[in-house]
Amino acid sequence: MKQACALIAGVIFGLGLILSGMANPAKVLNFLDIVGTWDSSLAFVMGGAVLVTAPGFALLRRMRDKPIFAETFQFPTKSDIDPKLLIGAVMFGVGWGLGGFCPGPALTSVPIAAFGTLVFVPCMLGGIWIARNAPELSKPSLRHLG
Amino acid sequence: METEFTPFLSLAGGMLIGASAVLLMATDGRIAGISGLASKLIGRDTDRDARSVAGMFILGLLLSAPLWLLFSGEWPDQFVADNILLMATAGFLVGFGAVYGNGCTSGHGVCGIARGSARSIIATASFMGAAILTVFVTRHVFGGVG
Repeated sequence: MKQACALIAGVIFGLGLILSGMANPAKVLNFLDIVGTWDSSLAFVMGGAVLVTAPGFALLRRMRDKPIFAETFQFPTKSDIDPKLLIGAVMFGVGWGLGGFCPGPALTSVPIAAFGTLVFVPCMLGGIWIARNAPELSKPSLRHLG
Repeated sequence: METEFTPFLSLAGGMLIGASAVLLMATDGRIAGISGLASKLIGRDTDRDARSVAGMFILGLLLSAPLWLLFSGEWPDQFVADNILLMATAGFLVGFGAVYGNGCTSGHGVCGIARGSARSIIATASFMGAAILTVFVTRHVFGGVG
């Protein structure tokens, strides 16, 4: 049941990405091109998403002490602003500004099979894998530099 | 290339994304952060439960474009650059940066902001800034890449 709900949630998410235009790198890049061919539509995507998610999460926590099919609400607990957060965010932002794709839209676009997508996605998965599994990356420290 | 300003479609799509995030939290207690879910799917030591939920959600994403094709008669509209070096670099930076920085547009930008997380607000501002700067440099300093 849990997996079926996850599948349905994924389909809804993907349809939302497509409907909103987020799955079109040209539209995303135009949102980021504030001095050029600016298309502000994507502000409405984030706005619409937060409009639903903010009260949705708040209501969930108030009405229930656990999810329907799991033991806990896994809300993140970290609160410090560490270098990893900022370095990661900037790297992500540069990549997003180069390709016009972030992970959700990129995966959603795989079946459409544009050449650029088929290059982007494996490299994205490679980057994810390295960041996740390379043990020395989990604790950045100057010791590694010699 | 110009893209059409689509405030209503983008808002509607965004609200679907928000609904998906609330659904995943309500049923399984997890944040609908695509980079995190992809990372759990391909990571080495994820528990089976997390991996199956992540896998099903991503399968849902992969099914959304074919479903769109089925019901609308055409693939979603998109333009993707086909410069290999550009898309490979972009993909790697997006994948690595998102996991290193603990989230992407869905994890930080939607879910994190919806929770009022300071980490996510700062991460989002950082990647937005980096992305906007990147597009400015590629389009208006270098006259376009890819």
